[in-house]
Amino acid sequence: MVEALEDMPLLWVLRDLIGLKGTKFGCGVAQCGACTVHLNDTAVRSCSVPVSAVGENKITTIEGLSEHGDHPLQLAWQKHLVPQCGYCQTGQIMNAAALLKSNPKPSEDEIEQTMAGNLCRCGTYNRIKAAILTASSGLKS
Amino acid sequence: MKYLAFPKKKQQRVASEVFKATRRDFLKAGGMLAGGFVLGVSLFSCDNKGNKKGPFAPNVYLKISDSGEVIIIAHRSEMGQGIRTSLPLVVADELGADWGKVQIVQAEGDEKKYGNQNTDGSFSIRMFYKPMREAGAVAKQLLIQVAAKRWDVPVSECDTESSQVIHKTSARKIGFGELAGEAAELPVPAAKDIKLKSRAQFSMIGKATSIIDLPAITSGQAVFGIDAAVEGMKVAVIKRCPVVGGSVKSFTDEKTRAIPGVLQVVSIKGAGLPATLNKPLAGVAVIAENTWAAIKGRDLLEVTWDLGPNASYDSNQQIKELVQKVSGGEGTPRRNRGDFKSARANARKTIERTYIAPHLAHATMEPPCALAVVKDGFCEIWACTQNPQGARDVVAEVLGFPVEKVKVNVTLLGGGFGRKSKPDFIVEAAMLAKQTGLPIKVQWTREDDIHHDYFHALSVQHVVATIDKDNKLSGWNHHIAYPSISATSDISVMQPDDGEMMLGAVDFPYDVPAIRIETHDAKTQLRVGWLRSVRNIPQVFAIATMLDEVAEARGMDPVAHALDLLGPDRNITFNEEIVKGTYPNYGEDIANYPWETRRMKAVIERVAKESGWGKKLPKGSGLGFAAHKSFLTYVACVVRVTVDASGKISIPHVHYAVDCGTAVNIDRIKSQFEGGAQFAASFALKSAITFKNGRVEQNNFDGYEIIRMPDSPKEIHVHIIDSEDKPTGVGEPPVPPFAPALCNAVYAATGKRVYQLPIRLNG
Ligand code: FES
Ligand code: FES
Repeated sequence: MVEALEDMPLLWVLRDLIGLKGTKFGCGVAQCGACTVHLNDTAVRSCSVPVSAVGENKITTIEGLSEHGDHPLQLAWQKHLVPQCGYCQTGQIMNAAALLKSNPKPSEDEIEQTMAGNLCRCGTYNRIKAAILTASSGLKS
Repeated sequence: MKYLAFPKKKQQRVASEVFKATRRDFLKAGGMLAGGFVLGVSLFSCDNKGNKKGPFAPNVYLKISDSGEVIIIAHRSEMGQGIRTSLPLVVADELGADWGKVQIVQAEGDEKKYGNQNTDGSFSIRMFYKPMREAGAVAKQLLIQVAAKRWDVPVSECDTESSQVIHKTSARKIGFGELAGEAAELPVPAAKDIKLKSRAQFSMIGKATSIIDLPAITSGQAVFGIDAAVEGMKVAVIKRCPVVGGSVKSFTDEKTRAIPGVLQVVSIKGAGLPATLNKPLAGVAVIAENTWAAIKGRDLLEVTWDLGPNASYDSNQQIKELVQKVSGGEGTPRRNRGDFKSARANARKTIERTYIAPHLAHATMEPPCALAVVKDGFCEIWACTQNPQGARDVVAEVLGFPVEKVKVNVTLLGGGFGRKSKPDFIVEAAMLAKQTGLPIKVQWTREDDIHHDYFHALSVQHVVATIDKDNKLSGWNHHIAYPSISATSDISVMQPDDGEMMLGAVDFPYDVPAIRIETHDAKTQLRVGWLRSVRNIPQVFAIATMLDEVAEARGMDPVAHALDLLGPDRNITFNEEIVKGTYPNYGEDIANYPWETRRMKAVIERVAKESGWGKKLPKGSGLGFAAHKSFLTYVACVVRVTVDASGKISIPHVHYAVDCGTAVNIDRIKSQFEGGAQFAASFALKSAITFKNGRVEQNNFDGYEIIRMPDSPKEIHVHIIDSEDKPTGVGEPPVPPFAPALCNAVYAATGKRVYQLPIRLNG
């Protein structure tokens, strides 16, 4: 249990109050996707979700995506050597994981549109796309 | 008019020496204790004959413990370029270590121990490749000596593999750990007796090695600056003066203090003017229990500023004024060859164009942040810094501490691009920690970052090219104006410094009979710093798009034109033609790192071949070409675009050919080029910072756009020239040729020339 101001964004509750730091701060205004987590099974920008709006809903962060860091996307990310600085990558993975949950076989175009909200200043976009395709090829549609 | 000559740093010759380090050295360097042996490598400067002159740089440490672990201290900052992996893998390859058992310890900032750690200028691999190999090779030789003696076999029958010495004929093996203690007793072989592997023997160099931080990154465990924490830490968010050089007159903090969690409100005296490359801006800091309270409190502050002399700065107005200046008359000559005036007088055709590019912000995905603890006269910092020593020195200066009383720990960097070479944000944390007695983390928001960056400055250039009656390019006259980086430290500087001019302007390599390069005054009313490849960006934008026009005017294919203009194979020095000073050649002796037209031509030919240059394309599609050498690395680039009826640009293919000497980590070279293309696509298509009333008009990624996946270049192919030359860096060189290649492709597809970045085809 933690106590927080009602309007405190989920991002800062996770990072500052609970100490789950895999979720990153990039813009604070739902423009970059670095803070992406799952609210139930949907990707949300935790910087723009006040903690009071979470209620009883289930939140999943990168720390809870898989037990041993071996979600198909995490493995695909390693296979394609996606990260450069790595800062945006947890948000990218969480956004992609929500996509694959709702759409296990996304087309390239669907991937691009869904991932458009996640910025990577290091420019790893093509490897991200390849990794998502790899992960999705191992999933049942 | 004033410009600063490039600091007369003599081009240095550097040699290295492997030595046996004491355990104390290693401990001090942050390594762990317990048995084994430790080697250090020192770099020193030397004269032309190779005689030692004095310490140049770092001692780098390598340790093999009694349990067989190999520990390497990485002393350069990691920000996505993979250096924390690439240098250790060089050691591990020579040593024959089991890569899975290699531990990498990040070094703190300490000039005495590690020399210059400022991780910029695409420099790390260039400087440390050979010393790192030697360290690995020496360790291997010592371990083999011990094993050979035990087995009573000649050393020539032994080799290393997977952290073991093996006797090749009998297949006997002994692990490094069992040999380390005895190896520590042996003398280090003389430099001439160090045997390096041949290229065919490499197991990792020249191949793709995954970065060591990969699993930590994908599982969210990697520790960036923003993740650093200590017990009792408070968070500070700062309202900074919106105009550079202003100061705080007064402030009201009642509303701020009413926010639960807000602890203190503290005013920060800024550097004033000059803004400097390392001191904070004036501001008011809100210190709170958590980041959110600090942000909220900061936003509620009411500050009255003395805005100072830059309060009327208008960047669009400045561009208009500079356009007049660069196209209107003589500037300060910076390079001169032949007689441009007569080339112009005798020209059959003259092409004259003006090129404009805006201010840019780095916008690293991790905004600047730093944690400082000041206790008992000692200051300890954790920060995402490219320049831990610079941070250490300025923190010591500002706190009034001796440097030994400041320690800077380097975290991973969530992007650097030059922004995190400036320690202003670290100084903020140190000042606040000292003043409040609390452990303080200073957190910049994205708005802070966009408003208060050390910007890549806008530029206005005018190029005049003359073609004579024999259809030869007879004259080249390049006029340049932009706020200089030097002016951030000295406001009287009005023209580009020599360091900026060498980045793609005075090192114009084409064999044109008359070359005249001139600079003009531009006032600096913002903080200017270096951004990935720095002035190469605008200078090559102008040069390589103009060359495309010249090729067309001469009725030549742009690739054939570039090859022709480079002329016969030769080494260029530029020196005789530079009006003041000498060509700095990125700090390297030009005898060791010559400018070779042969290598440039080879990358051009390669990229043309790989990209299918010359192919006929459907309407609305086009290929564009540009080539450029920067940071001693040769790059040629071909970009393919399609432009739809609405003017929307897509980039289906990019081809790069690169000659960076010996390729150390193929994968990280490729990834730097992929990222370099995306970085350049951002400023070519999206990004611009403007100032009005001295203030930045953009706030966040909605106003300051960077490229997103749907618009990003799709297939990026990187062709690496096979070379045994000395390795050179790849962090920055991909960036400069991309934008002009893209502009040239847009012309091929649409018939529209681009003279201003970012590209706007409609309007
Ligand atoms: S920090 Fe939430 S979208 Fe950028
Ligand atoms: S890997 Fe650096 S921002 Fe994406």
